[in-house]
Amino acid sequence: MATLYEGYTLCGVGPVQNSSNIGILGVEQGGDIDHVLVTDTSRSITVYKVKGVTSYAINTFLKQGQIISCPAVFNTQSQEYVVVTDDRVVRVWKEDDVNLEKAFKATVSADVLKVLSATDSEPVVLFCCGAVRFLDSLLASPQQPMEDVLTEDEIIRWSTIVKAEHQLVILFSTEQRGEHCLYVQRFNPNTLVKHRFETEPGLSAPISFSATCRGSNIHLLYLYLNGSVYESVLPFRSSSTGAEGVQALSRSLCLSLPLGEEKLMSGAAVVLDEAHVAVVGFPHPSAGACKDYLCIWNTHFQTLQASKEMAGRIYSQLWCYSGKLYVPHGKMLSVIPFDCQKSSLAAAMGKQKQTSQSESKSCRFVTSWTSQSCTDVTQTTEIKSRMSTRNVSDLSIIPTSAVEDVQAEVGEFIRRTPQADLQLAAGRVALELVSRSQTDANFYPQCAFLLLLETRYLCYSVCPELLSLAMVKKDFHLCQIAFQIFSDIPEAVTCACLKTILSTPDLEMETVNLDMDSVIFMKELTQAHSRSDEEGGQLNGFCHPALESDVSDTPSNKLQRDPFALDMSCPVGLHKGALLNEVLQTAYSDRSLLPHLKDLTVPQVIVFLQYLRFLYLKYSHDAHKQIRALRTPSISQIIDWVCLLLDAHFTVLAVAPEAKRLVFDLHKFVRSQVKLYAELGKIEGSLQVLKSSKQSEDFGMYAIQVIELF
Amino acid sequence: MGEFKVHRVRFFDYMPSGIRALAFNGDTERMAVARMDGSVEIFHCSDRFFQEKIIPGREQCGIEGLSWVGERLFSAGLNGGITEYDLTNQKVKYTIDAYGGPIWTITGNQQGTHLAVGCEDGTVKLFEVNEDKIQFERNLDRQKSRIVSLSWHTSGSKIAAGMMDMIQIFNVETGHSIHRMLADRGVGTSRSKECVVWSVVYLSDGTIVSGDSVGMVKLWDDQTGTLIKSHNVTKCDVLALSVSQNEDSLVAGTSEGTVVQFQFVSMVLGKDDKEWVRTRTFKNHTHDIRAVAEITTAVVSGGMDAQLVVKPLLDKIEVRSAASALRKIHFPHRRLVFCARNSGLMLFQYPGHLELWRLGESEGKGIPGSSLFVKRNPEKLLHLKVKGEDHIRCSAVSPCGEWIVYSTASSLRLYRLHCDNNNVSITKISKLPKVLSSANQLCFSSDSSHLFSASTQSSVHIVSLSQSGCKFVGTLKPKSGSHQAIHLLAASEDGEWLASANSDHEVHIYNLQTRKAHCTVPVYSSAVTAMGIHPTTNCLFMMYADQQMCEYSIEQKQYTDWSRTVQRKGLHRLWMERDTPCLNVMFNPQNPSHVILHDTYMLCIIDQSLPLPDDKTQFYNQLTLKSLTEDQRKSHSHAFKVCKTFKDILCVELISDQSLVVVERPLEDVATQLPAPIKQKKFAT
Repeated sequence: MATLYEGYTLCGVGPVQNSSNIGILGVEQGGDIDHVLVTDTSRSITVYKVKGVTSYAINTFLKQGQIISCPAVFNTQSQEYVVVTDDRVVRVWKEDDVNLEKAFKATVSADVLKVLSATDSEPVVLFCCGAVRFLDSLLASPQQPMEDVLTEDEIIRWSTIVKAEHQLVILFSTEQRGEHCLYVQRFNPNTLVKHRFETEPGLSAPISFSATCRGSNIHLLYLYLNGSVYESVLPFRSSSTGAEGVQALSRSLCLSLPLGEEKLMSGAAVVLDEAHVAVVGFPHPSAGACKDYLCIWNTHFQTLQASKEMAGRIYSQLWCYSGKLYVPHGKMLSVIPFDCQKSSLAAAMGKQKQTSQSESKSCRFVTSWTSQSCTDVTQTTEIKSRMSTRNVSDLSIIPTSAVEDVQAEVGEFIRRTPQADLQLAAGRVALELVSRSQTDANFYPQCAFLLLLETRYLCYSVCPELLSLAMVKKDFHLCQIAFQIFSDIPEAVTCACLKTILSTPDLEMETVNLDMDSVIFMKELTQAHSRSDEEGGQLNGFCHPALESDVSDTPSNKLQRDPFALDMSCPVGLHKGALLNEVLQTAYSDRSLLPHLKDLTVPQVIVFLQYLRFLYLKYSHDAHKQIRALRTPSISQIIDWVCLLLDAHFTVLAVAPEAKRLVFDLHKFVRSQVKLYAELGKIEGSLQVLKSSKQSEDFGMYAIQVIELF
Repeated sequence: MGEFKVHRVRFFDYMPSGIRALAFNGDTERMAVARMDGSVEIFHCSDRFFQEKIIPGREQCGIEGLSWVGERLFSAGLNGGITEYDLTNQKVKYTIDAYGGPIWTITGNQQGTHLAVGCEDGTVKLFEVNEDKIQFERNLDRQKSRIVSLSWHTSGSKIAAGMMDMIQIFNVETGHSIHRMLADRGVGTSRSKECVVWSVVYLSDGTIVSGDSVGMVKLWDDQTGTLIKSHNVTKCDVLALSVSQNEDSLVAGTSEGTVVQFQFVSMVLGKDDKEWVRTRTFKNHTHDIRAVAEITTAVVSGGMDAQLVVKPLLDKIEVRSAASALRKIHFPHRRLVFCARNSGLMLFQYPGHLELWRLGESEGKGIPGSSLFVKRNPEKLLHLKVKGEDHIRCSAVSPCGEWIVYSTASSLRLYRLHCDNNNVSITKISKLPKVLSSANQLCFSSDSSHLFSASTQSSVHIVSLSQSGCKFVGTLKPKSGSHQAIHLLAASEDGEWLASANSDHEVHIYNLQTRKAHCTVPVYSSAVTAMGIHPTTNCLFMMYADQQMCEYSIEQKQYTDWSRTVQRKGLHRLWMERDTPCLNVMFNPQNPSHVILHDTYMLCIIDQSLPLPDDKTQFYNQLTLKSLTEDQRKSHSHAFKVCKTFKDILCVELISDQSLVVVERPLEDVATQLPAPIKQKKFAT
């Protein structure tokens, strides 16, 4: 999950001269990790130290009449700032030079578009004509002639520098009579490769670009006004020399942003990490279209991870430096720290893949769900807008109508909406329903939620509040379905649910209507116990009547009498067991789950451990007996949970007297397992010896050997 | 007891030839086997399947059929001739042309009066079997297609012939066809291919059994000429059929390498209503089975994979014994490798050529079980091709390595080898004495001064060898007057004695000084498979096909005490159960009480000074002894020291520097050189 923290305003944005989408000239990385260099359109260059929520600034002003042509950059090699004024004057100054007039300046022979700088490498100067020079070599002879790389009416729209493995690559996109191209300039050897953006009718130029380097490839992400985010992968080192002519840029759709009714004018996207993209200027999928939001989307799962409302006008500008987003909006530049945790979902998917096939059902749905949205490349804006207009009409009754009406309407809506559109729509409807339920204590449309869940288009990220709402309402049926369908439940929520389940008394639980399959499984499990006992008695041919009656009366008696007998009675009720089974089958990552597990109380832990031990014993006894159920916890899941619980609560369990017997049993079991594996290791060793002794036979056609006879 | 340096040799590329035909003679218990290379071998079925006689083949003589008439053996082949063999002297007696093109099948009637051959030109030719020859009698009605298989009715008045797409029954008297029965072609794509009736069997009750290329075994009625029953045995061809002597069991060999057994059993218990029922399937071959024969207690089969498989039918065996075990015969029971003891040379005998190799040399010493560094690799010195079409019958290299001799059925050649450093040259000795026209077995004296050549009527000719050439010295003749060919010769180290063993199980000992017969070892019921004369005691040590061993003192003309002890106490059960004969007997000059023996699977040193094992002692005790201390070993060791390190041994020889030469021919190597078998779909492949 990604989080957007509370941000603050860094500085104001100067008055906008024209209708362009530029609020400020640029935000560049400063000399330090928490320094940024903000170049205002109004002649000022400011260095901000951004730390926590405070910032301080050093201003540098230009003389009246001078115009800053491009954002100032910091040359980390020489610890100097570089800016270009009046298109051709390159100015270089140190931090303590407040007066720019005294700084070094040089006039070059052609118009400079931008100075590009990457950490620990020399700045590169990009000219309007497409020529590229390193700053040092340019300043050595400022009047050197510049070649024309681009044709006359070709204009550079965007440019950036990417650095990896001490290699620099300049990317810039151009526009010429409605045709958009991408140039890739590599150094050592100098090559320039031209790519053509694919164009579709009704699709104008990309409005925002973001390039990152991953592995040996450059990932270029670009955003169109219709909400499509495409990704193109360019090799870092190219074998082509550019002589082959213009190549079409292959692309893949990685995100389709929802659109409101309003025609969008501006927007920007920036890559945060492999899976996350921050987008500004596009409407929140469930909130009204009238407001502007900063959203973090997960491109792998097409889910909205976090969002924040941005007041004022949005520009096509967005920067991201060291965990902070810089968003110019309205009349200010906001700094918004963010955090993209490695999603527990990604880790969870890995975890779930290990479990047996019968349990991968929910997992399979998730994959099909993502693949579907990936194949939606052909989806046109037309469908999107049609869908969104209808959605509004449907959603409109939710805030006011009675529960029954809403449920009927939701059912109708699900039936009507085409499968492809349902994915986004279901999430919106669910969000609306949850938000009303949270405010209106009497409103709880359980059937509607179940219907939405059954579409299998919901997941935790789409509607995070749903599960906690169900817990509050003690709607365990919904919880169970959600556990089965959601594969991205955060560990904290899983633990909270676990706590609720464990703390609910069995009596209350038995009245709950649960998924039949899981209850049948629990019944089979507990019955298998009694049946096998009977069989055992018959097989032996003799069963002491007194003993038998004892067993049926108090199982604990048996324990006292025979310490080695297995306590095979289920410590929890059927329904609680069924719910616990669902918890066992959720995806999680150990590290994230462990701290939350500590929230459980000792009695809860003991009951849970006893239940896990019961399951384990069942499994190890009836391994040959397959109970037919769709979803059953696997033995490795049970063992994992036992380990986690012990890890989280070991010190407490060690001193708690009521847990002594349990811990002792588990210890005994582990000891026997260790012994078994030690024996297996020995067998493996001797088998290895056998194998190697067989192999030594081959000697080819001739050998002289020594044999000994006794 | 001792360490040995062993030269493990695996570069003898001996390829056994595929088996083409089998013929079983129930009266003499002999199995005749014809191979692809034209050689015919006689196995003694009741003497542990010892290969008694080998008649080497010739180039370009593809034998297609074998038939016994009484004790006479006939073969016919694609060269169009019918051959009778002289089994006494182990050679071809005569060949006559049948003038019908290639012959596909030959069979004799039960009365022993006539032979019928099936020819490519569509005729069945009848030959009368006379005292010393066969005589063409007449043709049966000529058919349009070749005759692939034939079978006589017991009465001798009818004959069934398998052809392309049909089976005909002929009346032998008139020569006319009585019935014509059509064999169905396969379905699908194989419909266009004609159905070859590879094999027919005419039972005495009038049932004709056929096996064809469609994979069917069909039963026909000869009265009506109708099909009684058909069994689909395989997807490929049924190539061979054989019926037991009392006609209650039938076996079919297929090109998948399986043998399918049918039995004539009553369907309802106690009723006489019998039917042929498919009962068992054996799979012991990897390739096509070209011939099967059901003998008294076993099914014998042979095919392209060149092994003769004897699969005992356990329902016909009452006690478990060595005879009840599955037996696979891969290699001939004769030696194909000879070592020149004093010069480190090896002679490999292939059917059409000889190879002479020099052994490699090692450097340094090694602990038991290790391989030594090979300083000099073995080297091929000579490749000697045989003149003429006949294959080699026997060969020998003298202990000094100077003389090489080989004999085919028609000629004997002696060569002198000159080896100076790296130059090897041979000269053929041109003027051989007339008696050396052909030999059944050849042997040099230990000082390489004389050559002994076993000839007809169990006689041995002695030729002295010298720089100038060779000179006939004399002939040794047995007193018994046996005419059987000699298959083993052994000369004593001191040049005094020569022993010969023939197929009548007779062992004669001659005094070489007087050139007179000295004595005859009492005849034993089993054949001698290997023998040697002890260098110091001059006792003759003999190994028999039934795994018995005897030591006979030549000077005292009686069995030695040790031999009597062995006979009295009996040999260990595990020793008796080995299923390959011992092929060489050697003595260790450094330890006179040691006798070295080998068979295909083991090398054994018998220490005559140690106690004999009884059935309670652990027989294969080398591993146990290895783990004991020196003192404990004494109490645990017995006379038989068996080394099982080596497999598929063709020859073991002790050379003069006390090292052993072990020539192995791994069966996996043989298998890789065989043609690809019929491809079969195996489960999960």
